[in-house]
Amino acid sequence: MTHRFDSVDAVREGLRSVEYLADDSIAGIAYLADRLGKPVLVEGPAGTGKTQLAKSMAEMSGARLIRLQCYEGIDESKALYEWNYKKQLLRIQAGGDGQAWTELQEDIFSDEFLLPRPLLEAITADDPVVLLIDEVDRVELETEALLLEILSDYQVSIPELGTIESKQIPLVFLTSNNTRELSEALKRRCLFLHLDYPALEREKEIVMTKVPDITDALADQVARIVRSIRQLELKKHPSVSETLDWARTLVLLGIENIDESDAANTANILLKYRSDIEKAVKDFSSNASTHFEPTST
Amino acid sequence: MTSPTGVTANEPDGSPLFDLLEGFVMELRAAGLPVSLSENIDAAEAVKHIPLEDRLAFKYALAATLVKNDAHWKTFETLFEVYFSFRGTEYSLDGDADELVTDLDVDPDEGVEQAAGDGGQGGGDGMTPEELAELLYQALLGGDESLMRAIARQAVRRFASMEPGRPVGGTYYLYRTLRNLDLDGVLERLMEQARDRAGDDGQPLSSFEERLERDEYESRVDKLRKEIEAEIRRRLVADRGAEAMAKTLRKPLPEDVDFMHASREEMVMLRRAIYPLTRKLAVRLARKRRHKRKGKLDFRNTVRHSLSYGGVPAEPKFRHPKPAKPEIFVIADISGSVAAFARFTLHLVYAISSQFSKVRSFVFIDGLDEVTAYFEGVDDITEAIHRVNTEADVVWVDGHSDYGHAFEVFWERFGDEVGPKTTVLVLGDARNNYHAAQAWIMKEVQQKARKLFWLNPEPKAYWDTGDSIVGEYAVHCDGVFEVRNLRQLDRFVDNLA
Repeated sequence: MTHRFDSVDAVREGLRSVEYLADDSIAGIAYLADRLGKPVLVEGPAGTGKTQLAKSMAEMSGARLIRLQCYEGIDESKALYEWNYKKQLLRIQAGGDGQAWTELQEDIFSDEFLLPRPLLEAITADDPVVLLIDEVDRVELETEALLLEILSDYQVSIPELGTIESKQIPLVFLTSNNTRELSEALKRRCLFLHLDYPALEREKEIVMTKVPDITDALADQVARIVRSIRQLELKKHPSVSETLDWARTLVLLGIENIDESDAANTANILLKYRSDIEKAVKDFSSNASTHFEPTST
Repeated sequence: MTSPTGVTANEPDGSPLFDLLEGFVMELRAAGLPVSLSENIDAAEAVKHIPLEDRLAFKYALAATLVKNDAHWKTFETLFEVYFSFRGTEYSLDGDADELVTDLDVDPDEGVEQAAGDGGQGGGDGMTPEELAELLYQALLGGDESLMRAIARQAVRRFASMEPGRPVGGTYYLYRTLRNLDLDGVLERLMEQARDRAGDDGQPLSSFEERLERDEYESRVDKLRKEIEAEIRRRLVADRGAEAMAKTLRKPLPEDVDFMHASREEMVMLRRAIYPLTRKLAVRLARKRRHKRKGKLDFRNTVRHSLSYGGVPAEPKFRHPKPAKPEIFVIADISGSVAAFARFTLHLVYAISSQFSKVRSFVFIDGLDEVTAYFEGVDDITEAIHRVNTEADVVWVDGHSDYGHAFEVFWERFGDEVGPKTTVLVLGDARNNYHAAQAWIMKEVQQKARKLFWLNPEPKAYWDTGDSIVGEYAVHCDGVFEVRNLRQLDRFVDNLA
């Protein structure tokens, strides 16, 4: 089997060319996923670029992205395949009397009457594809089992047709916001990638890439302030996308150097809870030295 | 740091790399990480595909295949450092252990020069302490990482006075090194410098800018501290061998940390862990409620639908289930010994309060006070708990736990409000300081309430020893549970709603 990438660096450079700045772990694990032919389970806080990773991987390798958005109550007919009942019915009615039942039965349970859903589509595709199974933690524990066959063997078993094996091993990304513990069986089949908030330098670089008009000094300041805010105990920490929104806002407002009141006035873009905003604003205006005392126990 | 290996990757099992990997996986399992056989095989497969001289890639390859839970990352990282670092080209442990012990007995400059690399000024041991301090200041000021690494090495060599074979933990050496470096002082000096520099530019630092500067320097100091820790660990590993070292480093996973004996660091970790936990729990409970079995048979609706089947009730209809949300009374001992436990439990209960019809909380030491109001309309539970600790009127005589009196007060003031929908949770170790137990109150409460549970943060073996009288109360409770860590707490609350 041929591999898509030659080295970890090739992955990193490829991702960079589509404006996704990968750190060592991201590039390394994406590379391994290709080499080992294993799916990647990407977990982490919201807004750290989990879904974007899959999209960028598809873009860089020129593959088609097939996306399965998970939700509570998703089932086989939405995820794997469905028989096209209406067409089958038409076929039976159009068949006339002469045809033997067994012949007809064979006919209506054939490829022609099968509606592929994302998972089946991904493994039967002829062109290169990247399969994204988004927010897999939203499905119920029992439904997870649907995914197991395709994740470990890249095949789908259809009772009437037999087993459909994949023509290629697609790159598979599963994302999870960790709202519940995924089953051991699922985790075992995947490589695990935890995407956390980026380090200072990387976040600055991301800001510079995605907000082209920003000055180096401002990007640096943005990244530092966001890092400080993430150290507070908040309900929800600012995500990378919120950092980017904030940076864009600052550029639009023509702010060159963020001072306290700028930060306080635009904090609502970074933080989405009233209590979080109050806390951050209070923290920034109070004396710095008291901050690192732990809250009383 | 050299690569973890000197071997080629494709050698079959039995090669030193696989032996080492085997030991590493065993240790991960011993530390409580669930590593399955197939994951072990994946890891061995994965390391074949990466260039072994790239230590970082090696680490991520192992992490991706072996660690499937973010909370276990720290344990993994520490063990990885123990098993795969500071190895020369000679692979065997014995071989380089000897060599390194001599390295430990102060060898001249070789080490520092090596590590200093491009960091310049390698000249190690010749420096006076003042010069070293100055160098440290410069390194932190410039954020020069290779210089910081060299200084960490030098500081450990100079201040920790490590002796081969001495059975002392790494924290002891860390403490000695840090005491001599006076990092707080250096931080202050760095801040002084930042203020001066801003002053020279004519714009003194606003408190906001000062805060940002401080965060930056704090993070650099933190990096240095980690370097020092790593250096000490490397030396200890060299002295004692990876297996022995890993054993001394074995720490409980966050969900297994004992509330009553958590260190300050572990407390911070627990506080971080509790929020995602509450979120998961809330989602789980909400789902459970929704997916519970159907309600009672709706007779009218069934008959109406039977019309379309010619009067045959072929399709039974059910009422929408409305499972009663329980009402929760939490009565928590917040005296010193169990305060942390009470705090976590209150935090958890309030974070999922939408799953209950009402939550009321009472705290006591020897007096008792209702603190429900502190939590009402508050977004920030940490803040509310802080208020509970500072404002609630819970001391009656001397501030030593008196369960009996606290229960008396509860019964007198709030006893009427306990009803058949109420679930009462008592949190405490029942160490009553030999006061009267007043267990009859628990009996009364149990008769009036739906359920009465007692959560005890002490290990079961200590119950009913000394002044603990949990047994006297237990006979009147619907259940007494040992809840010493987040895992147990999570399980209990899950069953509650």
